[in-house]
Amino acid sequence: MKIHKYDTVIVGAGGAGMRAAIESTKRSRTAVLTKLYPTRSHTGAAQGGMAAALANVEEDNWEWHTFDTIKGGDYLVDQDAAEILAKEAIDSVLDLEKMGLPFNRTPNGTIDQRRFGGHSRNHGEAPVRRSCYASDRTGHMILQTLYQNCVKEGVEFFNEFYVLDLLLTDVDGVKKSSGVVAYELATGEIHVFQAKSIIFASGGTGKFFKVTSNAHTLTGDGQAAAWRRGLPLEDMEFFQFHPTGIWRMGILLTEGARGEGGILRNKDGERFMEKYAPVMKDLASRDVVSRSIYTEIREGRGCGPEGDHVYLDLTHLPPEQLDAKLPDITEFARTYLGIEPYTDPIPIQPTAHYAMGGIPTNVEGEVLADNTTVVPGLYAAGEVACVSVHGANRLGTNSLLDINVFGRRAGIAAAEYSADHDFVELPEDPAQKVVDQVERLRNSTGTERVTELRQELQECMDANVMVFRTEQTIKTAVEKIGELRERYLNVSVQDKGKRFNTDLLEAIELGNLLDLAEVMAVSALARKESRGGHYREDFPNRDDVNFMRHTMAYREVGADGKESIRLDYKPVVQTRYQPMERKY
Amino acid sequence: MSTPTLDKHSAALDAAENTASHAIKVTFRIRRFNPEVSEEASWQDFELDIDPKERVLDALHKIKWEQDGTLTFRRSCAHGICGSDAMRINGKNRLACKTLIKDINPQKPITVEAIKGLTVLKDLVVDMEPFFQAYRDVMPFLITKGNEPTRERLQTAEDRERFDDTTKCILCAACTSSCPVFWNDGQYFGPAAIVNAHRFIFDSRDEGGEQRLEILNDKDGVWRCRTTFNCTDACPRGIEVTKAIQEVKRALITRRF
Repeated sequence: MKIHKYDTVIVGAGGAGMRAAIESTKRSRTAVLTKLYPTRSHTGAAQGGMAAALANVEEDNWEWHTFDTIKGGDYLVDQDAAEILAKEAIDSVLDLEKMGLPFNRTPNGTIDQRRFGGHSRNHGEAPVRRSCYASDRTGHMILQTLYQNCVKEGVEFFNEFYVLDLLLTDVDGVKKSSGVVAYELATGEIHVFQAKSIIFASGGTGKFFKVTSNAHTLTGDGQAAAWRRGLPLEDMEFFQFHPTGIWRMGILLTEGARGEGGILRNKDGERFMEKYAPVMKDLASRDVVSRSIYTEIREGRGCGPEGDHVYLDLTHLPPEQLDAKLPDITEFARTYLGIEPYTDPIPIQPTAHYAMGGIPTNVEGEVLADNTTVVPGLYAAGEVACVSVHGANRLGTNSLLDINVFGRRAGIAAAEYSADHDFVELPEDPAQKVVDQVERLRNSTGTERVTELRQELQECMDANVMVFRTEQTIKTAVEKIGELRERYLNVSVQDKGKRFNTDLLEAIELGNLLDLAEVMAVSALARKESRGGHYREDFPNRDDVNFMRHTMAYREVGADGKESIRLDYKPVVQTRYQPMERKY
Repeated sequence: MSTPTLDKHSAALDAAENTASHAIKVTFRIRRFNPEVSEEASWQDFELDIDPKERVLDALHKIKWEQDGTLTFRRSCAHGICGSDAMRINGKNRLACKTLIKDINPQKPITVEAIKGLTVLKDLVVDMEPFFQAYRDVMPFLITKGNEPTRERLQTAEDRERFDDTTKCILCAACTSSCPVFWNDGQYFGPAAIVNAHRFIFDSRDEGGEQRLEILNDKDGVWRCRTTFNCTDACPRGIEVTKAIQEVKRALITRRF
């Protein structure tokens, strides 16, 4: 075991982690621990753009953007946070441009902007051009630009270091963060990093679904580490299903395709979104479009021999426009489906995409131990966190924005905290829990296989807690997940070695997914209403009287060692917007 | 709304929507190496039933998950964006997640081995550190002088287009590890580093071009390129790598960029 000491430790090197690192490295001695090489992070898969009311191509302002974000989140958004997001969006985009990001340009040389779902002029009048973009690889360009600037700033990375535990130390009755424990993939060695401040920026949990746009590596590692140390998770029932994943594979096809004029059609060729969202049509918010697609499929208007998908039609757009604005996604259709998007419509279905919930933080990125108490020295930003700027449904282009605005804020706040505070003593035997976990898995002779459990989990989640949910389906999921968690105790791995043991890594990741899936299902069961991405067929309406509040889930361990989940609630921060019925 | 394209399906769309599974038997011949077990690398055959429309990565997962958990490779996004899974498949550098089995003749054994020129650490996993060091050495970040503007720097669409191709790079190392010069001399910067230098040298906003050109004027720099076009063939992003290298060479001679 090795012990390291840094002022600030950042867990994760996607957009939020690297944006934080650029700030904190200037101000404090910083280490970034990352499971993947930084440029492998899933920020790179984001396509369509980053929202900011630059008003480069038409009238726009940050207040309209704030409103759209709150409405898009079905009024579960904390309105003070949304205002910060929309206001700081403008400098955030300009900062990236100054760092070198090659945005597409307007004829007069400014950053070009395009339409995106849920972003509107003057509180819903018509779609507005707000998404700043670099072709259909905006996330790739953000990830590259941030990595380039990390190289420039000399950010210190520990690549392929997998953080498995968060260390909290009790100081005079106050729980303070004191470090993290990481597993070095190359050697199997355990490392303890003592730090004055810690930022979790480890991304989402989308791999507990089968059809997902998420990478294999998105297994909720940060959320699970915080959860097992008794910290709450907020709004975990809210998960976004992106309308246009490649049928069966789930590979993302950007909403920018519809922003450029692409149209969704059913088997009769009908532009069905006109029925569900007369103003915004194909550019309604993602929860609305995903439900509309499944309604078409359920009512027998789906495409293909099994009627289980619809089409994204780009065939009316000029090939030059597709080549210039959507080269990557048209290439995906050619590579993975063998079709030509110039002339063929693309078979699509909704795909699990984004966790709105996560580790609760305030607008400075400080992690909350309950509704109000901050954990001194602990921060979170990006998809792992819940600020909450996305509420019940995130708008497209607001996640690339979130990682930049709140990554930067967390980086500055954490480094300033490090400057003003001393190290907190590590708990006794800081690595013991991780050593036990790793050794148990490595030495287990159990009969359960990771691959079977993971497949059963993913199939259960797709069948029961996806776009449509009922008490019955969620209960089925809770029960199944409980069974899988029992069986997980009997899981074993084939690779017993120390060197690059990805077999072991996948077993650990599965444990994280199982815990978080359970939190999600239990949170969803208790929310007897429909709001944003959480749609209950047995409670089809939004219920502001009883459920205009954030879910706060806590892990409890009884005297007998038995684990359970306790749900509590936290009020939504409302400033100037009263909840209204949501129409697009 | 009339949609003439939907009335008549192309054969390609019909094939894409065909849900019938057509699993066939395929043999994967994989180069194994694990110094915890043996100092010697060796070939191992795995036979499996798989639909040839699946990716090579799907086959590797099937082997790892159903036959041999010790098989080790890197992967993340699984659709050609993260650059984790460059490997040598039937002797050619490709991304396993962007290569469909049907496109590489599954009638014969499909060989899979680690990319060349970088030290193999285990099975298909190589040491990427020298590759990223060469990248860092070309100063891959925007260099500007003077005061920053309040708003964005202006750039015409034409100037933006000038370096568009080289912004696509995902640092997968498929190009560098396909280069015979790099195989023989690991000191050579390699195509990927030059591509990333190109991305800044030809960016109208950048003022560090001279510095980068001096770095690439080194004996291990751009003149080592023998224009074999392996890199262009290998690039999963379709970047014209050799052309970019030629443009850097030309800029070194003319000092115009």
